[in-house]
Amino acid sequence: MNKPFSIDLSVDVGGLRLRNPVMPASGTFAEGLNKVFDFNRIGAFVTKTVTRELRAGNPLPRVVERPGSLINAIGIPSRGVPHFVEKVIPQYAAYDPPLVVSISAPTAEGFASLAAELSLPGVAAIEANISCPNLEEDGKAFAMRAESTERVTRELRAATELPLWVKLTPNTGDVPEVARAAEAAGADAVVVANTILSMAIDLKTFKPCLGNIMGGLSGPAIKPIVLRQVFQCAKAVNIPIIGCGGISTAEDAIEYMLAGASAVQIGTATFLQPAAMIDVIDGIEKFCLQRAISRVADLVRGVVIEEADDQDLAWLSPTT
Amino acid sequence: MCETNVSFDIPSSASQSTIPSAAARSLWQPSVVAELARVVANTAVNAEYRHLVVDCSAVAASARPGQFFQLLCPPPEGEQPFLRRPMSLYGADPAKRQVEFLYKVTGAGTRGLDLIRPGGRLDIMGPLGVGFALDPKWKHIVAVGRGAGLATLAPLAKAAKANGTQVTAILSARRPELLVSADLFKLHDAAVVPVTDSQQTSGPGNVERILRSVITEGRCDAFFTCGSSRLMRVQQRLASECGIPGQVAMEQQMACGIGLCYCCVRDFNVGGEITHRRVCWDGPVFDLMEALP
Repeated sequence: MNKPFSIDLSVDVGGLRLRNPVMPASGTFAEGLNKVFDFNRIGAFVTKTVTRELRAGNPLPRVVERPGSLINAIGIPSRGVPHFVEKVIPQYAAYDPPLVVSISAPTAEGFASLAAELSLPGVAAIEANISCPNLEEDGKAFAMRAESTERVTRELRAATELPLWVKLTPNTGDVPEVARAAEAAGADAVVVANTILSMAIDLKTFKPCLGNIMGGLSGPAIKPIVLRQVFQCAKAVNIPIIGCGGISTAEDAIEYMLAGASAVQIGTATFLQPAAMIDVIDGIEKFCLQRAISRVADLVRGVVIEEADDQDLAWLSPTT
Repeated sequence: MCETNVSFDIPSSASQSTIPSAAARSLWQPSVVAELARVVANTAVNAEYRHLVVDCSAVAASARPGQFFQLLCPPPEGEQPFLRRPMSLYGADPAKRQVEFLYKVTGAGTRGLDLIRPGGRLDIMGPLGVGFALDPKWKHIVAVGRGAGLATLAPLAKAAKANGTQVTAILSARRPELLVSADLFKLHDAAVVPVTDSQQTSGPGNVERILRSVITEGRCDAFFTCGSSRLMRVQQRLASECGIPGQVAMEQQMACGIGLCYCCVRDFNVGGEITHRRVCWDGPVFDLMEALP
């Protein structure tokens, strides 16, 4: 049987052309997945966040499950820059997908110097995880406020010529405003979003379920919330958006693309189905074939918003 | 944030190779699969443990002793387990393409497992982790297990027999009727020494006495243990005193099971330095002397 046509799965995302719009969320990808699927199939690699300082991570327990979701407080264990450069980056050299390096630092200057140091051959883009606590701002995450987002993004922009992706937090009142600040300061794309700050308490012990007390909520339960934030950000900025939050199926990914995402990241779903990214890629292609959509990029910002007719509210007020 | 002075390194022993050669990549094949396996049997073996047998792929059935699977357990009524549940391998038969598990109903996941009837389906992911390593030179080994460790050590019996290695299995439980795996060890010609709380034979002092006599008889070229910190410490002491190598299978709460999330880390003592390792990826089997309770 002849295919009606072949689907162009490629997308342009913040300075990179990806073979398809599906990549891992930072912190949910490692070499072990090479046992499960062919690494050359995914759109990009995104590393676990690296920091300059050596970090042991949070006390255990580091995860707790809730219906349709997971709360984690891993605490960004990091072996530092030399280990990352010598051991992690080379692991991906033999594969085709571009390598996106996720970085974090406690200060804007720290972000900039780390981005500069990691702008190396073999690194295709920097993803700045600015959802972490900012030591200069009383521990508030950079991405909670437009001003701190703009400052750290400006310093990052000056420090690297690589495509710069800025990963925003959903834990703020005005994500579109923060996305605008990142765009104004020179980000090539924004990742919307990180996990949602949350908590769980054990009724046997009355103690928090996580060693860190609070953690980040992920999984299918958060998808509608982050999808809404992607939709709002798409109206606020012109740079590409990478959607990340509760995606486990091709349908989820397509919803994100319709809402405004040029690409998507998959994290928690991989914990349940280790080949989830491959299933999503295949599912997107199948959807496009069935719907005769020749380019997956055509889905981006494709949500149809029809102006509702003005409601007739005359009946509310008594006729005079 | 915890900023203690902890280092990380890759275990020197049987760590998992991950960077494939160019030739290997062109012939890429999965070595871990997530698949819907068909349940052949799911039956009680005693008051606490149940025995689960599933038909699976050749990849899953190639699981080795000490490795584990991540089971996506069906939800029991009123509960919604989200994550997969790690389950150590009880048996694998590549010819019949089957794997077996032995489990105790303790939480939402295992309550769900308990509901699956023969003919039903179960999503299994594996084989995962670094299992036990049997040196062909070893003539006699000792397996010391308690609790879930009885199931984890069980596949060693068959592997040791195939290796021409004799096994002394010291199996510990609260009561004699809870000594699962004893028959399996006997089936593969192991010498089984049951010790129980109810008979007051399971204390570390008595186990040490038994181990010392096995060592004196020259029947302990290596220790294999799982399921009891107290018994692990006894073996660590004897291993150090007598220069005997050992391996221990460790447990920890897991999420991904394949080294991505770093939620299952434990401390290990590597040359006097405390090191974090992922139980799911660097283990679950570790060098006995590096394990910390």
